Amino acid sequence: MTIADQVTGTPIAGTAGAKPAEAKPRAAAPAISLPAIGERELRLDLFRGLALWLIFIDHLPPSVLTWFTIRNYGFSDATEIFIFISGYTAAFVYGRAMLESGVVIATARIMRRVWQIYVAHVFLFTIFLAEISYVATSFENPLYTEEMGIMDFLKQPDVTIVQALLLRFRPVNMDVLPLYIVLMLALPVILWSMKWKPDLTLALSAVLYAVTWEYDLYFSAYPNGFWAFNPLAWQLLFVFGAWCALGGARRMSRILASPVTMWISVAYIVAAFCVTLTWYVPQLSHLMPKRLEQWMYPIDKTDLDVLRLTHFLALAALTVRFLPRDWPGLKSPWLRPLILCGSHSLEIFCLGVFLAFAGHFILAEVSGGAAMHAVISLSGILIMWGVAWVISWYKRVADKSGAKPKIAVGNADMAGGG
Amino acid sequence: MKAKVLLSLILLCGGLAAPLARAGDAVPATPAVPPACELPSYLLSSESQLPKVGEAIKSGKPLEILVIGSRSTTIPASEDASYPARMQAILKDKLPPSEAVHVSVEIQSKKTAEEAATTFVKLMEAKRPTLVIWQTGTVDAIRAIDPDDFRGAVTDGVAALQNAGADVVLMNLQYSPRTETMISVPPYLDNMRVVAQEHDVPLFDRFAIMRQWNDQGQFDLFSPSRGPELAKQVHDCLGRALAQFVIDAAHLGPAQQQN
Repeated sequence: MTIADQVTGTPIAGTAGAKPAEAKPRAAAPAISLPAIGERELRLDLFRGLALWLIFIDHLPPSVLTWFTIRNYGFSDATEIFIFISGYTAAFVYGRAMLESGVVIATARIMRRVWQIYVAHVFLFTIFLAEISYVATSFENPLYTEEMGIMDFLKQPDVTIVQALLLRFRPVNMDVLPLYIVLMLALPVILWSMKWKPDLTLALSAVLYAVTWEYDLYFSAYPNGFWAFNPLAWQLLFVFGAWCALGGARRMSRILASPVTMWISVAYIVAAFCVTLTWYVPQLSHLMPKRLEQWMYPIDKTDLDVLRLTHFLALAALTVRFLPRDWPGLKSPWLRPLILCGSHSLEIFCLGVFLAFAGHFILAEVSGGAAMHAVISLSGILIMWGVAWVISWYKRVADKSGAKPKIAVGNADMAGGG
Repeated sequence: MKAKVLLSLILLCGGLAAPLARAGDAVPATPAVPPACELPSYLLSSESQLPKVGEAIKSGKPLEILVIGSRSTTIPASEDASYPARMQAILKDKLPPSEAVHVSVEIQSKKTAEEAATTFVKLMEAKRPTLVIWQTGTVDAIRAIDPDDFRGAVTDGVAALQNAGADVVLMNLQYSPRTETMISVPPYLDNMRVVAQEHDVPLFDRFAIMRQWNDQGQFDLFSPSRGPELAKQVHDCLGRALAQFVIDAAHLGPAQQQN
């Protein structure tokens, strides 16, 4: 259920007295320190919920709502938010488990979480297979004979399905969970290393990112090509999230509070916005210096382009600055749906991918134009909210009637950054 | 408070961007175009030019156009209605009657950009066209070829065509909403745009054009119909758009045009 549920139990020795707001950087403290929070960090849930909604909208064909997704206003998009917050919460939950129960127990819990994500991925693949088979048998528009070549893999279901189970065959829009699985598999090593030298771990992660770019490392995919999100590059954001969760955020608080950081961030975001504007208003594209275009494009999502990473960091810096942890709005009922979705992110993420498939299907069957499109997007979001509410009801009411302590342990995993 | 200002700024900018993007919608390409084919003018303009085409027409030499493409360049069993044939008809219509226009088509089905590019030297020797329209990307997207390799292949192909002395127009993928969840198109669109920019080659944005038609309701590209009617209409419009695009990029004044 919520991080708060297990976090409220026993504060860790080193941090028990420190209130999060006033905590000063502790040079001599244990290498990592967890903020002693009595309350769930609602901002994380809020933005993860937002990321889930945006990912859902981005997976649907473009519509009016697409104009509200952040990828239209800058380089980075919801994926960055999702991976960063996942790293943050995963480190928060399992880092605590590692300090309290040791490496073995924490690793075991992480592995159980990996298994859950894997099963979710296979489930989504099954739905995808059903959809694509349907299209293959019912759609014979001569305009698209060539595009139907994508169905060729249905001729060899044995190979395709095994490759899908090996995470090497991943249809469009099903790239995030395999990335997440790989990152979670690496999490025990990341946490173990962070326990000793958090800064060194972050530095190593940055080195791996640089090496990936320099030597063009990648994960190969089936039938050819590579993973659409290269875990070797995206790990940087995940590790950075973990580093922030384990005390990095507090140590950076002075940098984050400085007006210099703020103005650099603002300038960068505005510049990025101007650049993206030229993508959508082609009349403006001649204003872009050719030199700059040649240097900048293509902005690579697969390998988490530096421009995307910095754009996300700038957004994050501004968010942390203008949206304090105790902002009363976080408790407002208007943000409740987002926060609810964000706190059950694995379930809601999978639901979002499924709803995007279903939305495509409905749009294809009943061509209702823009109105239909908006209805589908909105009802998808309402369904996500409703299901998130049901899940939290289950965890709050239905599951709690049994043995309490056991559930609490289980919940630690359910909250595990998923 | 500051956060609110920022947020409303962002929303405001979003609201401004949307109407701006549609500002050009109302302008039809030419008055003679059937309403179904109408397109905002920015989809038909390019900063890059086709100097050799312009020269050939101004000096009254025959215009030999070669269309190299994969299967989406034809309609099965009705080649005469496919966009290269339609483009030829429209060009003949628009250019002075003395101008000889000949369009030949080279279909390389199931070949990636890299595989297609290996044939270019021989092909150019045989045909010696003034203009090559290279439609590519679909096979690469279906096979999920590494976008970097794809970009390299398109770059090599364009260079080969230019070295053989032809003007080049790149044409990207079709907008295919039914297979949107199955084929990841954006990397290939982006890379073709990059190559077009780097080599100063006009890019005929077939994807954006077809999406425009679908979004504006001129064509229902989701339609599962098996008949060739929709394909014929879309190809007719594509042929018209392409002819207009070529004429504009060749900077032909009214003197060289019929209307």
